[in-house]
Parts: sequence; C-alpha cells; structure tokens
Amino acid sequence: MAETIMPKVNLPEAKMNSSASGVPLIEIEQLSLFYGASKALKDISLNLDEKIVTAFIGPSGCGKSTLLRCLNRMNDLIDNVRIEGSVKIGGHDIYDAAVDVIELRKRVGMVFQKSNPFPKSIYENVAYGLRLHGKQNKTELGGLIEQSLRGAALWDEVKDRLHSSALGLSGGQQQRLCIARAIAIKPEIILMDEPASALDPIATARVEELILELKKDYTIVIVTHNMQQAARISDQTAFFYLGELVEFGATGKIFTNPAKKQTEDYVTGRFG
Amino acid sequence: MNTITPPEYLPEKPSAQGRHFRAEKFDFWSFCFSGLTGLATLFILGILAVILLNILINGWRGLSWHFISTIPKKDFFDVNTTGVLPMIVGTTIRVFVMTIFVLPVGVITAIYLTEYAPNTSIVTRVIRAAVNNLAGVPSIVFGLFGLGFFINFVGKNLDTLFHNPGAVWGQPALIWAALTLAVMTLPVVIVATEESLKAIPPGLREASLALGATKLETILKVVLPQALPGIMTGGILAVSRAAGEVAPILFTGVAYYMASLPTHLTDQFMDLGYQIFVLSTQSPNIDQTRPILYATVLVLLILTFALNIVAIFIRARVRKKLRALG
Repeated sequence: MAETIMPKVNLPEAKMNSSASGVPLIEIEQLSLFYGASKALKDISLNLDEKIVTAFIGPSGCGKSTLLRCLNRMNDLIDNVRIEGSVKIGGHDIYDAAVDVIELRKRVGMVFQKSNPFPKSIYENVAYGLRLHGKQNKTELGGLIEQSLRGAALWDEVKDRLHSSALGLSGGQQQRLCIARAIAIKPEIILMDEPASALDPIATARVEELILELKKDYTIVIVTHNMQQAARISDQTAFFYLGELVEFGATGKIFTNPAKKQTEDYVTGRFG
Repeated sequence: MNTITPPEYLPEKPSAQGRHFRAEKFDFWSFCFSGLTGLATLFILGILAVILLNILINGWRGLSWHFISTIPKKDFFDVNTTGVLPMIVGTTIRVFVMTIFVLPVGVITAIYLTEYAPNTSIVTRVIRAAVNNLAGVPSIVFGLFGLGFFINFVGKNLDTLFHNPGAVWGQPALIWAALTLAVMTLPVVIVATEESLKAIPPGLREASLALGATKLETILKVVLPQALPGIMTGGILAVSRAAGEVAPILFTGVAYYMASLPTHLTDQFMDLGYQIFVLSTQSPNIDQTRPILYATVLVLLILTFALNIVAIFIRARVRKKLRALG
C-alpha cells in the first residue's frame, strides 16, 4: 500500500536548523486556539526554519488551515476566536499588542485555496499590494510587476495582455497571479492554503515547480491534502490530527519511517 | 470476471428497444394549481395593460411641446394656456437632490451594518429592526415628520442662527421635501447596499487583507467598486419610489401655484404628482380638465421611466467597466 502512495521522486533533504543565527524563523509555542468554547488547536509547539518548505498534512478539520492562519493573524477576522500561547516570527511575538498587523501581513504573505484575483486587470492585481505599501511611481511599479510575474512564472503568458482582466486567465494562471501578487510586496514567509487543490494536474505541476523555485528566496508553509504533493515539494512535514500535532519531522522520515502509528496509517492511506 | 447482479431496488433493465415512457397520469390538483398561477399572472398583466393603455390613449392627445414647455398662467385648468414645465422641473430636482442625500447616508449605514457592526450585538439588531420598520411607515407620516423636524426644528433654528428677518429656512422648501423623501427611501438603499456587500466573495476581502491592506482600504478599493452596481440598483428603486410620492412633500415643499421656476433650494416647487391631485379635485370644470389630467399622468409616467432609464444606463456602463477592467 505504502509503495503506491509514495511517489517515485527523490525526496529533498530536509535542511534542519539552516538559518544563519541558529534561531528558527517561526517559533510556535504551546499554541491553543478556541472557537468559542471548542478547542480547535491543542498546545501546538513547532519551530520552522528559514527558506525551507514545510507541509501541514492531516484529515479535514484537523486544524492545519487554522494554524496556518494563525501565522498572519487572519483568524483575527473571525469573531469568538481566542488564542493562547505564542507565535514568534523572527523572535517577535506576533500576538503582542504592539504588533502592527499590517506590517505582519506584509512580511507574511498568503495564497488561498481558491484563486482569488481581484476583478481588475492583471497589472492592477499585482500593483494593488505595491500601491498599498507606498509604491506609486509608474516606472518603478512596472519593473516590480514584471519581476513579480516572472517570479511566479507567469510573465511570458501574460506580458502581452497585462491590462486585460485577470478573470480571463485559466485557473492555474489565476493561482500563479495570486502568487505573483503575494511575492510582489517581498514577504519573508509565504503561507499557502491548499494552493493547488482546485487545479488540474498540469497546472498543479506548474505551481509545484514554482514552489520549489520560490524556496530559494522564501520560507514557505503549505497546507495540502495531497500527500504526493507534500512528499514532492516539502522539506519538513507536520501531521495534525484533531487539533493536535501528532508528528513533525523531515518529510522523508514522515513518509517512509514515521515514529507514530497514527502518522503511518494516515500517510499510507489507511484512514483520513 | 464477476457478474454484478443489480440490487433489487434498481428498476428493471431497460429493454433493447429503448425505454418506454408512460404518459403521466392526469393530476387534477396540479392542473388546477398551475392554472391558478397562470390566471393570477394574467390578471396582474391585464390590470397593468388597462392602466397603461388607458393613460396612453387618453393622454397622448393632450401631449404637445407647448404643454410640456409652458409655465401656466394663473388658471391651469384651461387646456389652451396650461403647461407642466414647472412640475417637471420640480419633480426632477427634488428626486435628484434626494438621491444626493440618500445614497451616501444609506451606503455608509449599510457599510457600518455589514462590515463594522458586531453581528450578534443588540445595538445592531435594533438598528436593523429600525431600518425595516422605517420601510413600513406610511408616507404621510414621513410628511408630518418632515414638517415637524426639518422645517419647524432644523429650519427655524437655522433662521435664528443666521438672524434672518423672515423665514428663509423655516418654511416648506425644495430641500426639506427632498430630505423627507431621502429619509423615506433610506431603507431601500440600505437593504440593497447590504445585499450587494454581502454578495462579494469573502475571498476578495481576505486577499486584500492578506496583502496588508487595512479594513478601510479593503472596503474602499475592493469591496465598494464591486458593490457599485448593486448600490445603484438601490438608488434606482429609491428614485422610482420617490418620483411618484405626494404625501411626504405635501407639508414640506410643494406649492399649489408658482409663477416662476424654483431657483434656490429654499424655494417651494410645483410637482407632477401633486398637480394630478389638484387637477382631479380642484377643477371647476371636470370635463374640460380631463384631457389635461390624462396628459399630466402620462408625463409623470414618462418622467419616472426616463429617470429609471438614465440610472439603468449608468449602471450598465459601470458593470461593463468593472467586467472589462477595474
């Protein structure tokens, strides 16, 4: 069973503790999250290093997306959410009262499950974030937009129609546009919430290639339901079940030699 | 090879000749009910046709360039000297001024209710209930409210404030009539705007916020442009409702007769709807007035229709622009 699930690719070697200072970029300590009275995340502790891809896997409702949204405080938008514990990025607690959420979200970009380009032109979609953060100069904008679209491997497909509607792009192109929009404001971390789950296999492959390319410059946290995908693109994998972090480690280990029975059952497709 | 036997609950295998569909058994009650719905529709269409045809046929003869471009002299019951220019002007201006007031207030209220107000709080629920009840208040009550609040309270106090020798603000005027109508049509705009704000995919808001936009930036740059056609629909509904209303302006601005067109917002004005009331109740010679009455009704219908067309045209352009770019 395990053989059929495991893809025939070389698993990238995990780069543990690779950051220069030796301090992990993201430190999650004893994090619990409550929706009203129900506890959606239970005492999660997790350290993520710089410039690696971490995959969050687990069955639906296990809290992986919720945890992802804790990292740029998107959960703030939901009423009745209460958080205990701490999340530190670059050594600063992002839930500290003094933290500027705008600045945080500028440093921690996000790509969503359903591609959500603004109903504006391709150009305006990428320009949106840049303008928010004070870039108004036309030539500067143009350069940054080209750079971002190239970074998202979309430039060659759209360079002749930058001013036509983003909604005319295919699903895969829209998702890459959303990635371009996210990297335009030069975040350090990119959160991806099942970015390829609504795409066909070819578009998925392109997004995956792109993620591997982005890894050179960004720290990426990706939530995925697709275990082959997690195995293909991530360096580290965290497996969640019912709001708890069951196991966290190098992707190769999680998929071939997990420490916990639960993890093994899940990655081999016995449940979930 | 396994042979799969179909479970018993499946229908029999279709024959090689293809399925044979039996005609449905005649169902008396569903026949009656579908007939009833058709009849009800026909009935409404019939009434509409009778009203419109009656007005068109009888009003058409009275309609002339002279009629719509003349300011009537003292006696507007005379077919040869009467005209409706001041009424057309009055009705149009009061609707426009109303739109200027009702759209911003209504839109901002709707933004507060959908974007900022905590959904479950008592205050929000009270506001929503108040908006819904406002929609149910009879229009004559709005007229009395306008007289009491806008003229006797706001207007009189303005006069005192500016030391006006006579009543400038504290009397029936175009602006008070327009404001009264704005209060009356507020629920229409609020509800339409709320619906269009709610219809915007949450993904768009999230995308904007995740890029580091503030809530205000998100509302102004992403949410409102998308909601614009819906907001304009609210505006169109408000215009349609207000154009034909007489009761709210009765005490707040309409004049029985004015020799010239209004030039200031503090002037009184003549109005098509009110003129119809005057023509049908105050005429010394009913038979002689009837053609004028029909023509005036026709002008009101055309004007309302025209105001709608203008608004719909603008909305179509906004939609087209939104679809093309942004």
